Amino acid sequence: MTTMTKTDAPTGTTVLDASGVTMRFGGLTAVRGVDLTVNAGEIVGLIGPNGAGKTTFFNCLTGLYVPTEGKVSYKGTVLPPKPHLVTQAGIARTFQNIRLFANMTVLENVLVGRHTRTKEGLWSALLRLPGYKKAENASRERCMELLEFIGLADKADHLARNLPYGDQRKLEIARALASDPGLLLLDEPTAGMNPQETRVTEELIFAIRDQGIAILVIEHDMRFIFNLCDRVAVLVQGEKLVEGTAPVVQGDERVVAAYLGTPFEGAPGAEEAAEVEAAEATAAGTAKADTTTPTTTEEEDTR
Amino acid sequence: MTTNTALLPLPTTAARATTTAGAALALIGTFLAWTYTDTFPGDLTVTGYPGGLQVLTLISAALTLLFVLSGYSIKGLRWLTPGGTNSPTRLLAIGTLLTTAYTVIAVILTKDDNENLLGVVELEPGAWVSLVGALVAAVAALGLPNDQPVDDTATGAFSRFLGSLRAPAPARAKALPAWAEILIIAVAFGVALEVFTYGIDTEYAELFIGYVIAVAFGFTALTRAGLIARVTALTSKHRNVTLCAALVAAFCFPFTQQNEEYALIGANILIFATVALGLNVVVGLAGLLDLGYVAFLGVGAYAAALVSGSPLSPVGVQFPFWAAVLTGAAVSLVFGVVIGAPTLRLRGDYLAIVTLGFGEIFRLTVNALNGVSGPDLTNGSQGIPSIPDLKLLGFDFGLSHDVGGFTLGRSANYYLLMLLFTAVVVLVFRRSGESRIGRAWVAIREDETAATAMGINAFRLKLLAFALGATLAGLAGTVQAHVSYTVTPEQYQFAGSVPPNSVFLLAAVVLGGMGTLSGPLVGAALLYLIPAKLQFMQDYQLFLFGIALILLMRFRPEGLVADRRKQLEFHETGQLDVPPDTPLTDTAAGTTKAGA
Repeated sequence: MTTMTKTDAPTGTTVLDASGVTMRFGGLTAVRGVDLTVNAGEIVGLIGPNGAGKTTFFNCLTGLYVPTEGKVSYKGTVLPPKPHLVTQAGIARTFQNIRLFANMTVLENVLVGRHTRTKEGLWSALLRLPGYKKAENASRERCMELLEFIGLADKADHLARNLPYGDQRKLEIARALASDPGLLLLDEPTAGMNPQETRVTEELIFAIRDQGIAILVIEHDMRFIFNLCDRVAVLVQGEKLVEGTAPVVQGDERVVAAYLGTPFEGAPGAEEAAEVEAAEATAAGTAKADTTTPTTTEEEDTR
Repeated sequence: MTTNTALLPLPTTAARATTTAGAALALIGTFLAWTYTDTFPGDLTVTGYPGGLQVLTLISAALTLLFVLSGYSIKGLRWLTPGGTNSPTRLLAIGTLLTTAYTVIAVILTKDDNENLLGVVELEPGAWVSLVGALVAAVAALGLPNDQPVDDTATGAFSRFLGSLRAPAPARAKALPAWAEILIIAVAFGVALEVFTYGIDTEYAELFIGYVIAVAFGFTALTRAGLIARVTALTSKHRNVTLCAALVAAFCFPFTQQNEEYALIGANILIFATVALGLNVVVGLAGLLDLGYVAFLGVGAYAAALVSGSPLSPVGVQFPFWAAVLTGAAVSLVFGVVIGAPTLRLRGDYLAIVTLGFGEIFRLTVNALNGVSGPDLTNGSQGIPSIPDLKLLGFDFGLSHDVGGFTLGRSANYYLLMLLFTAVVVLVFRRSGESRIGRAWVAIREDETAATAMGINAFRLKLLAFALGATLAGLAGTVQAHVSYTVTPEQYQFAGSVPPNSVFLLAAVVLGGMGTLSGPLVGAALLYLIPAKLQFMQDYQLFLFGIALILLMRFRPEGLVADRRKQLEFHETGQLDVPPDTPLTDTAAGTTKAGA
């Protein structure tokens, strides 16, 4: 585990506290009574098979959905059920399918992220009231800093749609950071990335954490998530199955079952597996790693 | 696989020489007489002095000559073609041919006093000289090599022809001294003003049609040559200078002619353009499709008319003009908020339908408030007539004034007043569009969900855009009431043959270029002028107009004035945004395109 180096950020204080969050769409319960806390300076992972309700849960946290039951509070205050107010309170997010403002420049995208932290209204812009220029320049400066941090400063004038895929993901993170959040929600930040890009993203998330921003991340890439997170929660069919450090979650049978299914009656047992293994080992001295016993996450890694 | 071969298999040198000769011949032909009779309007009978449609052929042929000579890399002409060289030549040659051919056909088909067609016998040799010259030039121009390689999968003759008209985007221009760049801008505006006034001045239908043909091909040719891009680059570099130049050019318009009618056209164009710019806030920036926008113009006009002191106004008060303007704007603002608050919760198509409904509700309500089917507030379909002329600081807008040797009539007075309003609206549009609020609008247009997740209160900002747009339209309405003497409900329809109505306003915005400053102004000017000049077509007016719109949207979907974004959105080539040192690979561009 590489994440054990804690920073000076005050740990222990609860940033996000979701208790008993339930989301129903008509007869379908997408999320059922999920409790989750994120503490300051922590990276928490949220995993689960497809359709487990991870993104729905995210949407409940960010006010995109109003949870049917339960409440979500941020630093002790209950969050209002409106996305823009949640962002204003200090929770920023990215989206699973990239949702940049495609026809705006990179810098403009980040400037939009500054929206809640600036106040200049229409009159100020029309009449160029004192302070307008100053605020505008301060915003630009801060956004250029962020682009510098994320490594896109030299592309500030490009249209967002013209960026390569990896850069678009990064830009989404920069845009979220522009609202000076205390908690950053990342929805599959490495989806579709190659291993190198994934590693870069990992570094980036650590760097963000080091700035004192708590992070909640949904991901399918198990190696990535177990490297990254201090704690991992597993969501299966809308319910939280288990929560704990990486080894705890990796070792949990129910998690394995949730991803790969329970062995059926008469499924190849350990002995058969050993037999097969021995046979294979004799057949080709190389294929040693392949066993029929399901190891935790190989399946997911091949995504 | 791409190919660079020309459309016609001619040796390049021969093709170029023939084009030159043909263009020169067409040019010379315009100095000869084209017809024997003066039945055809615009003196085509004089030798040595081109007139009417001959002038168009003359200019077209002269431009063709210039561009083909530029193809010889003659020193001092190369600045003409920073983009394509042969494609503009081709376009201009074809334009010359079409203009000339149209003139010849128009002469042949003209009826004399006895209702007989003039026929071919009435043509003098000059017409044949120009026609043959233009034809030779156009055919030879097809033999010039393509500027840009064309897919040889494009096998159809027409698609190969279209491909041969493509041209590369010009490279970045060398920076000139600031005064020189500003001079270029000034000259460009002078030319634009000249072309524009010529269009308004066209006195008969044949000349206007010829003008449209020549300008359409000429403008496209200049675009292909990269000159438009060069000028656009300059104007975006010196934006304040450009705005001033445009303002000065517009200010000079009533002084360039003494015709009251043209000044009235100018004033109406300004009203139309101002409202279109207001609509551009709503549609272009915030992305809210408003199909009932003309209602806000009507609200402003009615508010101003009611307090204008018109003897037939049911409200018997007379406000000073500034108060009337504020009243009009305020009432429009209130209407904007009242209509916007419930409707802006809808998205996309639903919003369009509801705004369409509200636009019609306005007209019908005004019609009904006539004292019979409702309280008498607006005189119903009678409208409010005889709105008195404005008097500002002792200046009577209804009278003619002599200013420095120029006579400014009533319409010219209103034109200048409206110009002031337009300048204000331009300022509002520019400043709001560039601000934090403007960015939030564009973000909402691009992706509303993501925008709200960035902390933007989408509903409030949409309402703000809606209210601002309504206010700007109301402002224009207050002047419109005075310019047109009368306000009636029928002026504020959803669709009709006379702008401004909701459809024309939207067309002006889309046609001109959504989200741009100059786009709606240009679009409005064209949309006002073309129907006004097409009036002789009577029943076919809207039909032809529709065809023109379809053609424009087919060949220039981003609008006449494209902002960088739209340019990239509709045309994959010419990635202006990507600096040459880091070109995007094809695959990356493909992925982002698919992902976006």
